[in-house]
Amino acid sequence: MAVCIAVIAKENYPLFIRSVPTQNELKFHYTVHTSLDVVEEKISAVGKSLGDQRELYLGLLYPTEDYKVYGYVTNSKVKFVIVVDSSNTSLRDNEIRSMFRKLHNSFTDVMCNPFYNPGDPIQSKAFNGIVSGMMVQTG
Amino acid sequence: MESQEEKPIIYTMENKPIVTCAGDQNLFTSLYTSLAQQLPREPMEWRRTYGRAPKMIHLEANFVQFKEELLPKESNKALLTFPFLHIYWTDCCDTEMYKSSVKEDMMRWQNTLRTHGSADWVIIVVETSDTKKKNKPNILPRSSIVDKIRSDFCNKQNDRCVVLSDPLKDSSRSLESWNSLLLKLRTLLLMSFTKNLGRFEDDMRTLREKRTQPGWSFCEYFMVQEELAFVFEMLQQFEDALVQYDELDALFTQYVLNFGAGDTANWLGSFCAPVRNWSGLLLRRPIDMEKRDSIQRGEASLLDLRSYLFSRQCTLLIFLQRPWEVTQRALELLHNCVQELCLLEVSVVDGALDCWVFLSCLEVLHRIEGCCDQAQIAANCSHTVGLWAYATDKLKSLGVLCGLVTKKEPTSEDLNKTVDLLAGLGDERPETVNSLQSPYKKLKEALSSVEAFERHYLELSHAAMEMYQAIGRMRSARLVGKSLAEFYMRKGDPERAETFLQEALKSYVSEGWSLPVTHTRRQIAECQKLLGRTEDYLQTCALLAGDVNLTTEERKHFCQEILSFAGKSGDQSHKVSLSMNVFTQLTRLQFHPATLLVHTGGVLQVELTLKSLMPISVHIQQLAASIHFDVDHGGTLGRSKGVKRQTNQGTVEFNLGNPSAGPTSFTGNSRVLEMDEIQDRSPSDNSLNATGLVCKNAHLLIRRHGNSSPSEMAKCVSPPAVAMKEGDQMLKVQDVTLEPGENSIIFTAPSGQPGSYTLRQLCATVGGIQFVQSHVYPSVRYEVYSQEPQLTVEPLSEPLLAGLPQVVKFTLLTGHYTVKKGDALQLSNTDTMPILPSTSCTARISSPAAELVGESVLSIQSSEKVTSISLPPTPPYHTLDFQLEVLCIIPSGLEQPANERLTNGEIRHRPRSYSHPDTPMTAIDQRMSIDCPWSIYSTLLTLTFYIPFKTKHSLLSAGNRKYIQVCVQNMSDMNFTLAEVKLTEKQHASLELQSFNTKTHQLLCSKHSVFCLWEVMWKDDLPSCLQCVFSATFSPTNQDTSAFKPFHYQFQLERVTTLYSVRAAISPPASEQHCRCGLLCGLEVSITRLTEPSEGEITEDSKTDTDGLKTTKLMYEVADSNSNWAVCGKSSGMVLMPMKANATHRVQIEVMPLFAGHLPFPKIRVLKYLPHSAAAAMQPDPDSCIENDSLSLLDKTLDDQADTASIRSRGSVHSVGSSDQQQKGVAMPRLEPFSPGQVFNHSRTQQVLVLPATDDHIMEVNAT
Repeated sequence: MAVCIAVIAKENYPLFIRSVPTQNELKFHYTVHTSLDVVEEKISAVGKSLGDQRELYLGLLYPTEDYKVYGYVTNSKVKFVIVVDSSNTSLRDNEIRSMFRKLHNSFTDVMCNPFYNPGDPIQSKAFNGIVSGMMVQTG
Repeated sequence: MESQEEKPIIYTMENKPIVTCAGDQNLFTSLYTSLAQQLPREPMEWRRTYGRAPKMIHLEANFVQFKEELLPKESNKALLTFPFLHIYWTDCCDTEMYKSSVKEDMMRWQNTLRTHGSADWVIIVVETSDTKKKNKPNILPRSSIVDKIRSDFCNKQNDRCVVLSDPLKDSSRSLESWNSLLLKLRTLLLMSFTKNLGRFEDDMRTLREKRTQPGWSFCEYFMVQEELAFVFEMLQQFEDALVQYDELDALFTQYVLNFGAGDTANWLGSFCAPVRNWSGLLLRRPIDMEKRDSIQRGEASLLDLRSYLFSRQCTLLIFLQRPWEVTQRALELLHNCVQELCLLEVSVVDGALDCWVFLSCLEVLHRIEGCCDQAQIAANCSHTVGLWAYATDKLKSLGVLCGLVTKKEPTSEDLNKTVDLLAGLGDERPETVNSLQSPYKKLKEALSSVEAFERHYLELSHAAMEMYQAIGRMRSARLVGKSLAEFYMRKGDPERAETFLQEALKSYVSEGWSLPVTHTRRQIAECQKLLGRTEDYLQTCALLAGDVNLTTEERKHFCQEILSFAGKSGDQSHKVSLSMNVFTQLTRLQFHPATLLVHTGGVLQVELTLKSLMPISVHIQQLAASIHFDVDHGGTLGRSKGVKRQTNQGTVEFNLGNPSAGPTSFTGNSRVLEMDEIQDRSPSDNSLNATGLVCKNAHLLIRRHGNSSPSEMAKCVSPPAVAMKEGDQMLKVQDVTLEPGENSIIFTAPSGQPGSYTLRQLCATVGGIQFVQSHVYPSVRYEVYSQEPQLTVEPLSEPLLAGLPQVVKFTLLTGHYTVKKGDALQLSNTDTMPILPSTSCTARISSPAAELVGESVLSIQSSEKVTSISLPPTPPYHTLDFQLEVLCIIPSGLEQPANERLTNGEIRHRPRSYSHPDTPMTAIDQRMSIDCPWSIYSTLLTLTFYIPFKTKHSLLSAGNRKYIQVCVQNMSDMNFTLAEVKLTEKQHASLELQSFNTKTHQLLCSKHSVFCLWEVMWKDDLPSCLQCVFSATFSPTNQDTSAFKPFHYQFQLERVTTLYSVRAAISPPASEQHCRCGLLCGLEVSITRLTEPSEGEITEDSKTDTDGLKTTKLMYEVADSNSNWAVCGKSSGMVLMPMKANATHRVQIEVMPLFAGHLPFPKIRVLKYLPHSAAAAMQPDPDSCIENDSLSLLDKTLDDQADTASIRSRGSVHSVGSSDQQQKGVAMPRLEPFSPGQVFNHSRTQQVLVLPATDDHIMEVNAT
């Protein structure tokens, strides 16, 4: 499914970023970082029109030749970014949505952990497990 | 009409639905213009099948002459050439003519139509009034012809025959008939559309359902569905047309995907052919017939199909005024095509796809530019920028492929590749041959030479970057910038590259993306190395060497870069200064001792914990810390103002962010509140005015939390060049090896002068490189103080009790003074507080850290005036303490001789006793004067002792016999044993005091009292004044008798002798045996003089009467305070008492009992009456003086009984004067009470029985 999953803090630094090990990790970092441009654009566009009744799922942020980058933003402005291989065409929008929802739920669990200091990189095993479940190990 | 002879060329914009015209051609030609104009004027509602929404549609038509060839054959599915309506025109109004020729012609027409299965026809009969009038005025009415036609041809469909009246005239009738004709035509046309398109769609669907069958071909199907799209386009239904293409697109995509999933369709084979042509999209033609033909032939490649499909979609979208959707779809298409080619495993020449994408991007952009104005394009950068960036990207990879991104010229191999690529472009399309800026020309030019490539590439890159910046996508812009930087690096222009890299790095650092930071930084390092910017390069190397994102090998490499530079730069005068943070971090500072406060010359060690970030151990020639010194004015007594700043004393933790810009540098650690206690003391007396807490780093904390703090950013991106400040004190350690990780380095801090020392900078020197930390934050300060020696004496236990040996503690803080051998404390001795000699007096010496350093026995020599305590040698800033036993002698109560002088000439202050508010005990302050070796002045100290006892005495009488009672009250919290209780009289030896105290030892518990009683026995005469001394010994209860200490109490008793005795008797009324309530009784008071008057008494207050008899004036007074008695008549009076023994005076007074029962006698007081003359002569003696208020009280009673005979007999006008006069006390008679022993009342506590009244109906019970 996904080749890279990232959680980005409100201040735009990565809380969690993991990519398929077989591929160039750096490239994903650049891709996810650049996608923040579109995330911000979308957030501000939505903020103008709809106020608080906004959809968390931002949809396809931008396609590249090799990847499709999807975005999701929580109410606290924490961003989730999922990068999917372009060749993986079987993935539907709904599946991406449900991936984000799962990710959000797991993230909420992480935040609920009293030993987790908000703003720190996420090191939760459970969260990692969820992410692993969403990523293709074969690449 | 014009093109009716030829086969219509398919140019959809000019295409209109074909309507054939048969019959009278001339008639039609005359009406054609208005018909063609009028038909599209009104919209018609088109109701659709399959639940599609109805549409309003303006109908146009292409009227052609009817020919049989126009009618479609059974197999022909072409819709564009399909005639939707057939019209037969006639203006025949002659029955004959109709029958002869027109009908026949119509029949033929109808038959032709029928054979081709076309039912969409209409017959129009044009009727002009002219023709009617002119030709046959008497023929059948025209209706009959119409009726005939209707009956002949339209047997069931009457509406298939329409009449048009006077079409060329401008009359209402003409207009009406035109309108109905047009309506009819439109309706019929739509009906035909619905019917024919419906049929077509059904066929098409059937065809599509067959797609699983082996012979099915996508290309065939494509042509069919496109036919439908064409028709919709013809009808201006672009939306519907687009749907057809989108469906085709989706269908094709699905096939490709299925292919990827292993489900291969045969027809896909043609699309899998190797790509031979990559000329890009062609969007300038509405329909690219070339490609369409190749599709029709089944020879199209995947790119051909996609290109054609997209060009059609693009055309329709532009018709629909949705150019931005074009750009979006274009990007999707390009990405998709690349993927599909990959999926289908189509073999493509290297770079061919890049060419195709590049050309396509530019083509789309050109197309959009062609249909939008400049402002629109600028406003919609966000839609086009993706294409720009993609094109840039592709051009770059092409450049790399063709060896154009080098400093040199491309090789022949590169040139071969270029030629191959250019060959695949084919010839330029005729549309753009004349245009100077066509994508084709651009690509060709870009690939032609290195310079041209650079020009084109830079142009595109900058365009993309500017667009990104314009729409606020800064990150994307920087990524393009980075890619540009890579280009510059390849071109050997590191200077330009660095600008872009730094910009990108800034953004990554500020947002805390460590991996991009590392990567970019490594590129920067390369630039800086090439540029020869040594300092920057070394700084970057240091950052990279400590970067955990790199492998150990890489980190070692960068570390080695630094070390080798450090090793080879021999010039020691110029050192390269680098920021220390990236090299090693100060994590902890620990002070020993932890108080951060030492005396001058004291030893203070600073332990630095440095965390080395280097991957290998680094040898440092010198590690120096500069210390700033502040003279601390007026703070020599450091200890008293020691403001404790850190809670964890002596250890300062530094939480520095990771300089390699991990997220930690961002999340705001070191954002801990730094609280300090402040105390505002008044400068004059050091009293506390205010105290509070202050947050020292509030300016950092309260600052708005933006995305990044500039200072932090600056620190991390390029650490500022820091210079080591000279001039401050330096701590230095030579030759340290820093291992990776934590290292501990110990300095000895200077403490030469008193003041505060602040740690400012750290500097590590490695060869020619200095790593400098420009400031240590939070600031670390320690204080050095200088202290005067201080001697304090305090009780070991509170309170100090007088009369008992008490231990006091001497504490000497040596301060800067060194106690030498032979130094001694000289204590001036006082009588009231002797120092008790003790054999074992040990002095303890402790260090500033309160550790016991030594113990030694003190030698104490006492001379008459001075006690000398020789001190053991003690180093400075140590504490010397020892204990001494002292005894404060309890003053016995009487005055002592006048002031003495102490040995040092000071006036000895008598210890004065006073009452202390905290304790009921009486306190005595004992002053001590101590001469210390370090000062020429004596130290004066005060100790406060408390007297544990309170003693009272009283004189008791029984007739002539006298008793003395002494009450000792223990005020302290201790229990004492009292022994050897003794009372002595000092002056009269004949007196004997007989003790009634049987016990020798008496327990005196805390807060309890002991009473002692003696009877005074005398032989000849009782002296009027007794000087008594009460003495006892006491000790705390649980100690042995040897510890008994004496206690003395002196007192004086005066006027001891009993002068008068008073007797009272109450006699019932004569008739009664007992006193009865409510009846007057007699009270007889007899006052008897017991002794001869003494000498003093005679002179003092006796008076010789006229008859020569000496008398004393007494005043008696009967008062009942308890209201038991009512005194009737006078209650007081004057008595003249003869001055001889046993003289008795009786007074009768009437009293009435108010209650029944045993009533105590009313109180009888006897007072001395001093006449005014005597009073004036009298000395005002405070002891014997009657207070004013009691006098006035008595006088008041006198006033009440103004008829007192004796007063009247005195004849004194003043005696009954106003109280004002009495208040002045001048020449007034006075009353003086007797001393307690002088009057003895025999009947003081006597009672008398009082019976209730006889006739008491009311029983009164008085329970007392």
